[in-house]
Amino acid sequence: MIKLPIYLDNNATTPMDPRVLEAMIPYFTEKFGNAASRNHPFGWVAEEAVDYAREQISKLIGCTEKEIIFTSGATESNNLAIKGVFEMYQSKGNHIITLTTEHKAILDTCHHLEKQGAEITYLDVQADGMVDLAKLEAAITPKTILISIMYGNNEIGVVQHIKKISEIARKHGVLLHTDATQAVGKIPVNVETDGIDLMSFSGHKMYGPKGIGVLYVRRKNPRVKVTAQMDGGGHERGMRSGTLNVPGIVGLGKAAEIAMLDMEKDAVRLSALRDKLENALSTLEESYVNGNIGSRLPHTTNISFKYVEGEGLMMAMKDLAVSSGSACTSASLEPSYVLKSLGLNDDLAHSSIRFGLGRFTTDEEVDYAIEVTKTAVTKLREMSPLWEMFKEGIDLDSVEWAEH
Amino acid sequence: MAYSEKVIDHYNNPRNVGTLDKSKNTVGTGLVGAPECGDVMRLQIEVDENNVIQDAKFKTFGCGSAIASSSLATEWLKGKSIDQALEIDNMDIVEELALPPVKIHCSVLAEDAIKAAINDYRVKNGMAPVESEKSHH
Repeated sequence: MIKLPIYLDNNATTPMDPRVLEAMIPYFTEKFGNAASRNHPFGWVAEEAVDYAREQISKLIGCTEKEIIFTSGATESNNLAIKGVFEMYQSKGNHIITLTTEHKAILDTCHHLEKQGAEITYLDVQADGMVDLAKLEAAITPKTILISIMYGNNEIGVVQHIKKISEIARKHGVLLHTDATQAVGKIPVNVETDGIDLMSFSGHKMYGPKGIGVLYVRRKNPRVKVTAQMDGGGHERGMRSGTLNVPGIVGLGKAAEIAMLDMEKDAVRLSALRDKLENALSTLEESYVNGNIGSRLPHTTNISFKYVEGEGLMMAMKDLAVSSGSACTSASLEPSYVLKSLGLNDDLAHSSIRFGLGRFTTDEEVDYAIEVTKTAVTKLREMSPLWEMFKEGIDLDSVEWAEH
Repeated sequence: MAYSEKVIDHYNNPRNVGTLDKSKNTVGTGLVGAPECGDVMRLQIEVDENNVIQDAKFKTFGCGSAIASSSLATEWLKGKSIDQALEIDNMDIVEELALPPVKIHCSVLAEDAIKAAINDYRVKNGMAPVESEKSHH
């Protein structure tokens, strides 16, 4: 028996792996100590657990334990990386390069810094979501201090060529930060071989708990420092004050350890399931997969079903939890800026659905999702005046719409 | 955001989905909204010689609230004279479907569609179009 509703929104958050929960539980109760309490066993036990988690995490991303700064999540890590680098390296320059398809935690942080004198270049991506490396290199000026480009995109799953990007950054002596929230634990990410200087990620996107994240900050070649954005007791080498979230850290450590074991087989299984879903839904007329399909996360697909609106469609996809690039609930009615950055027309952006598979997604669930989605698209198209016009051969671009 | 039961009912069992022959003089068609905005409504009425609406059909591209608003509109239109139909206010739809503030535009679109359909019918039959006051936007 299949259990409903089915969760296919793993890019928003993942369920916690039961093995992670098990590891965390003692640190809420009997092992409750403050990791900064240096004078008694309660503190030592907590500190030991934190150190062990640093080890587990550093193995997953290929860094040393001291390079891991714990935060409350990827949003805080992104803020700390960008604001922290901007403040620390002000004497060197004020220019930062990022992409229009970044997460709001990057874009809004950059907007904030613009008010404080930063110059930000928001690079457009190509139609497949990939950054144009020549354009990136051309954007670098003597004032450039940081490039911030996400590893894997949350909406379309496109994975950037981080290694090539870091080569460009290195060549010009510019630091590279990457928001790897969707990538760490899903695909191999190694800060050494990838040449990453700063990297953000969070627990709850990799089957760990919410409320815990990491900013990796390189200590060697080059030694990178960020100005703290949270003042206080000087935790995390002075870069992030605040009592450590020990249970969260233990959970993230365990999630990293499990990822080391399961990531490869998860990726093989999930990309096969994702392809099955995508191929089945591509048999529907006028459906389009968004983003580069050669370089992307194994568990994500984003499909536009032309002539139906995403939010209305999701309502018909009963018992399926997915998300849409249509934002009919927002006052502005603006569809996804990520899809628009790919050059998609607003109507295609409004028609998009993101499917995010995860470690606990089953074959049966994907079969069910295929059937429900097909039925829903067909039902909504029968109700769609645009579909009827398309079928009558009317060019919708030639219609004069009464904008409202 | 959760939908109201009435929205879900109209969405699951939409009344009067379909197409009337727009070439007929007795049929008025209103097509409002734009694909770029994520909402397009087409509302059609068939009117008898006494200017009473005998049939109403819709097709909508949009969210659940937009579909429910147009479905409800077709229900309300049937049996009304075209003058009575002009009195349908978007806030009546908001109230009936318990639409939240972010979905009020769906009801506005439905009211616009009603007016556009009536005007199409009026113009086809030698009557002057009725000016609509755009007060609810």
